Amino acid sequence: MNLTIDVSHKDNNVTYLTLAGEVDAFTAPKLKDTILPLTKEEGQTVEVDFEQVNYMDSTGLGVFISALKSTKEHGTELRLLHMQERVYRLFKITGLTEIMNIDSTVQGGM
Amino acid sequence: MESFDFVEVKVPAKAEYIGVVRLSISGIANRMGFTFEDIEDLKVAISEAITNAVKHAYKETGEGEITIGFGVYEDRLEVMVADHGGSFNLGEIKEDIGPYKQDDDIEELREGGFGLFLIDALMDKVEINSKYGVIVLMTKYLHETEVGQDGDQISTSQ
Repeated sequence: MNLTIDVSHKDNNVTYLTLAGEVDAFTAPKLKDTILPLTKEEGQTVEVDFEQVNYMDSTGLGVFISALKSTKEHGTELRLLHMQERVYRLFKITGLTEIMNIDSTVQGGM
Repeated sequence: MESFDFVEVKVPAKAEYIGVVRLSISGIANRMGFTFEDIEDLKVAISEAITNAVKHAYKETGEGEITIGFGVYEDRLEVMVADHGGSFNLGEIKEDIGPYKQDDDIEELREGGFGLFLIDALMDKVEINSKYGVIVLMTKYLHETEVGQDGDQISTSQ
């Protein structure tokens, strides 16, 4: 019921966030505090690896909406990678797949 | 009178307990024979309802309790989430819900407005009573013949 966030740098311009666990109202604030400052560093691309995220709800969607807004303001980029089918479905239902850069190789498909 | 089992869980109105309630619903729904996909839907729906109740409780007093009731029927699970605090403006909330549309301005995107919309999308029936505090009552049916996640798949087997 926790979320671990691992931040690493693939190269100078790419910050790689590996998430593992659950994103809900309890863990979302920590995620937001980690991801938002990264989207404000000019020229940066923030990649988020969702492979080990086994639960997410609207509080998580809210974090990625703020992060996306921040990238538009600061000229940075956000990419969401390796999303499990269940998590991807929430982005789909809410129409956010239209505006988010989400890796299309969805894991654990039906 | 239709018979059913009733399970009640009471938790402090704090975000750290949302995961605990998710485990409860997962256990009950699994016991009833819901599919993996339906159980995931139930987990999201109940978390959204509790998140709303927690936010509300926090705004009012920073404390309080949330009562969750599970009505276990032969063909369905009824979930009740009661936040016994004041009431929020439902008309206002309903106006705010709905999926993002491509012609919406990105600046106008709601960062916290998808909760009720998701409950509605993931459950079969949702009712809200705001007479005494706010009570969300949501129902999901057990489908004996599974027709796929979005109900839009056609089986080719005879």
